[in-house]
Amino acid sequence: MKQTAKIISTYTGDTSGVCSALFELGGLIVMHDPSGCNSTYSTHDEPRWYDMDSLVFISGLTEKDAIFGNDEKVISDTVRAAEELNPRFIAIAGSPIPYLTGCDLNAVAAEIENRTGIPTLGFETDGMRSYIHGASIAFREYTRRMCNQRCGKVGFGVNLLGVTPLDFSVNGSVDSIRKLITDCGMNINAVMAMGSTVSEIDHVGDADVNLVVSSCGIESAELLKERFGIPYIVGTPYGKQFSQFLMNTLNNKSNFSFTSDTSSNPEIIIIGESINSLSLSEAIRMETKMDVKVVSPVDTPRKLISKSCISATYEDEIIPIIQNCRNIIADPMYLPICPASANFISLPHEAFSGRIYRDKIPNLIGNIDYITSKIK
Amino acid sequence: MLGDNENNHVACVKINEASYPSPFQSGLEYSAPARGTWNIVHTGMLIPEAHQIFVCAQGCLRGVVLTAAELGMSDRFSTIAVSENNVISGDNEELIIEGVTDIINKLSKKPKAVLVYTSCVHHFLGVDLSACYTELRNRFPEIKFTDCYMNPIMRKSGLTPDARMRQRLYSLLEKTELKPDQISIIGNDFPTDKDSELRSILRQKGLKLLEIHDCKTFDDYLKLSESSHCITTFPAAIAAGKHMNKIYGQNHIHLPFSFDCDEITENYLKLCDNLNIKNPDFNLSIENAHRSLETAKEIIGKTPITIDYTAFTRPLSLAKLLLDNGFNVTKIYADTFTFEEEKDFVYLRDKYPELKLYPTIHASMRVLPRSAEEKTLAIGQKAAYFCNTEYFVNIVENGGYYGFSAIINLCHDMIDAYNTPKNTKELIQIKGMGCCSCV
Repeated sequence: MKQTAKIISTYTGDTSGVCSALFELGGLIVMHDPSGCNSTYSTHDEPRWYDMDSLVFISGLTEKDAIFGNDEKVISDTVRAAEELNPRFIAIAGSPIPYLTGCDLNAVAAEIENRTGIPTLGFETDGMRSYIHGASIAFREYTRRMCNQRCGKVGFGVNLLGVTPLDFSVNGSVDSIRKLITDCGMNINAVMAMGSTVSEIDHVGDADVNLVVSSCGIESAELLKERFGIPYIVGTPYGKQFSQFLMNTLNNKSNFSFTSDTSSNPEIIIIGESINSLSLSEAIRMETKMDVKVVSPVDTPRKLISKSCISATYEDEIIPIIQNCRNIIADPMYLPICPASANFISLPHEAFSGRIYRDKIPNLIGNIDYITSKIK
Repeated sequence: MLGDNENNHVACVKINEASYPSPFQSGLEYSAPARGTWNIVHTGMLIPEAHQIFVCAQGCLRGVVLTAAELGMSDRFSTIAVSENNVISGDNEELIIEGVTDIINKLSKKPKAVLVYTSCVHHFLGVDLSACYTELRNRFPEIKFTDCYMNPIMRKSGLTPDARMRQRLYSLLEKTELKPDQISIIGNDFPTDKDSELRSILRQKGLKLLEIHDCKTFDDYLKLSESSHCITTFPAAIAAGKHMNKIYGQNHIHLPFSFDCDEITENYLKLCDNLNIKNPDFNLSIENAHRSLETAKEIIGKTPITIDYTAFTRPLSLAKLLLDNGFNVTKIYADTFTFEEEKDFVYLRDKYPELKLYPTIHASMRVLPRSAEEKTLAIGQKAAYFCNTEYFVNIVENGGYYGFSAIINLCHDMIDAYNTPKNTKELIQIKGMGCCSCV
C-alpha cells in the first residue's frame, strides 16, 4: 500500500528544506508551526545547528490562534523579533496546520515586510512534501528577491546550485567540488548556499555557468537562465572520469544529458536523490561498464525521468523494483527492505537517516573507489 | 515581563521583577540543542511487545521515525504518511484503517498491542477516530489498540501532549481485582532510584512495588492494573493517576517531587497514612542530606551554579535548597513554572530578589553570548549549553531520584560534575537520555 512504511525512514520535509537552503544567508526564518518542526529540523536535518548561529525559529502556533485565524500573532511576533535581531531578510514557511486553515503565507509575508521594511518571503510549504520542494522554492525566491545585481566578473565563474547539507552533509564534499573546479582553471563565483559569503551569493548573477549538483537547484538555475542568460549543467562530479567529463562540459558550457537507457535487469540499483544518484550511476558506468539504474524516492525533475531513473517513493513501490538486483547502493535505512541475496552497499544520505550515519558518509567527489571496490 | 520594554534586549529578568507562572512574553521560539528529555516515542516504547504506528505528515514523521531509529527500535515502529490528497479528499479514516491493517499484516510477528498515534491534522479535520479503532479491533481481535496523539498544537490548551502520553501509557490495562500488597509508581520516565526512602518504606511494610520499567513482557505490563494504589511524583503524570483511579479503581496518591525537607516529610507521612504504615523517623535521612550538602559546599564553594527546568521538575525548589545552604545559585533557565512551584517562587522572590531567570525558547537566546566568565557548575543540559560549561550534572526529568536520597545523590553528582569536565556537545545532543539511544 502506498503511504505506509513498515520500517524504512522518511525524507526531510519541505519546511525543513526551506530552512536548510536559507540557513547561512543571514535571514530570520520562521516555521509557522506549533512545535515539533523546530526540534526535528535542528536535531535531524541541520548539522550546522550547534556550531553556527542562524535565526531559525518556530511561531509556536496554538489551537486557539489557528481556529480563530489569528495571523496577527505570528506577524507581530516576527516583527518584534526582527526589530531585535536585525535580519537581512525574513522568510516564513508553512506546516500542516496553516495549510489546513488556509493561512495565506504570502499575505503574511507582505504584511511583515510592510511593517518592518525588510524583504520578506512567504513559502506555501505544508510538511507533506519533501525537502526538494522546500529547498527549491527557497533558493528560487531568494534569488528572485535578493540577487538582482551584477558587478562584473573576474575570470570564468561557476556557481554551484542546490547545495545543502541534506544532500552533501558536512563531510568535505562541497570543498572538494570547489577544489576540483579551481584546479581546472575556473573560479567559484558562489556556492548556493554553503560556505559562500552573503555578498558572493547575492552576486550569483555574475557567473558564466551554473553547475546544478542536486535537484534543489533546478528552479534557481532556470530563473538565472531566464534573468541573466546563464546556462546550467546538471551533475555532481563523482568519480575521476565523470568529474573530468563534467569539468570539460562546464568549461565549454556545452550540453550534457545523463544516460537515459538501461536494461530491465540492471546490475546495480542506486536509491536516492535524482541528480546525485544519476551522477554516481554515470561515474560507475564510466569506470566499470556496468548497467546501473536509479530509483528516486523524492521529487524528481521531470526531464530526468527515464528508463534509467524512475520515481518510486514507498516500500511497496520500491521492493518489486529491487528484488532481483545484484548490487544495491542506498542509505542503510533501506537495508531491511532489500533482498538478502543482494550485495548492499551503504551510502548514507543525511536527508533520509539524519545524523545517525553522518560519520560514515563518504566523500565521493573525484573518487568513487569506496563504491566500486564493493560492487560484485 | 520581558519584552514589554522595547529597550530590553536581554532575555533575562530578576525574580523580584518576574511574573508567575510565566515570566517571559510568548513569541517566536528557539530550540536549544539539548535533547536529553524524552518524547512520546521514548515513552511509548516502555510498553513491552507493543508496536507504534504514527499517522501524520511527512515533516512530522521525520522526527519520530528517527527517534525510533536512534533507539535501535525501528522494528517496533511504522509510519503512515498523510498527503495533500488525503486532506482534500477526506479519506483519512480509510487511510488509517487500511494503513494500519497493511502494516500489521506485513509484520513478521503480530504485536500484542498497537499504539496508533494520530496528529494535529486529524484533530483539525474532525476525523472519526473512534470508527477507525472499532474497525481495527474487529479486524484484529487478538491485538489491543490504543489511541495516542502527536498534536503539539494542544501544548497550551487542555491536557498537554506530554501529560496525555503518560496517561495513554496505562490505557491498555484491564480492570481486574486489586491486590492490597501491590503498589505502582506511574508516569515517570525513569525507575525510582534504589536508594529512595519511597522504596524502603514500601519494602518494610512488605508491599510489592511495580513500575512499568520492571515489565519485560506485555503480560508483566498487564499486572500494573492489579495495584491497589498508584503513586505519581511528576506533575505531568497526575492525569495518568486520575485515569488509574477512574478506570481501574486504584487509589491515586500524588507525592510531588521536591527538594524541601518539610515537603518530602509531608509526602511520606501522606503515603504512610494512606497505606496504614506507622510514621517512620526521618531524622537520620534529613541529617544525612544536610551532611551531604555541607560536604558539597566545602568543595564547590562560591562557584556560580545555574539550573534548568529539564533537570528537575522543581528547579525553584532546588534553587531554594542550595541558596539556603550557602551555594551561589546565579541563574535559573525556565520558560514557565508549574503550579507546584508557586511557594518556592514567592520565597525566592522575597529572600533572593537578585536571582536571575532566563528563558530557554525566547528568540534572543539564539544570539545571547554562550559563555561563562568563570568556572560555572550547571545542573541540567540546557543550563550547561547556555553557560557553555563542561562542568555539569547530566540529568533529565528528575533522573529517578526521589526524597531525601535525591538531595544526597544530587550532592554526589554536583561534586563529581565540579571535579570532572564532560564533553557537553556530545552528551547533550543524545536524544531521550537513558532510553538506549545509539547516537
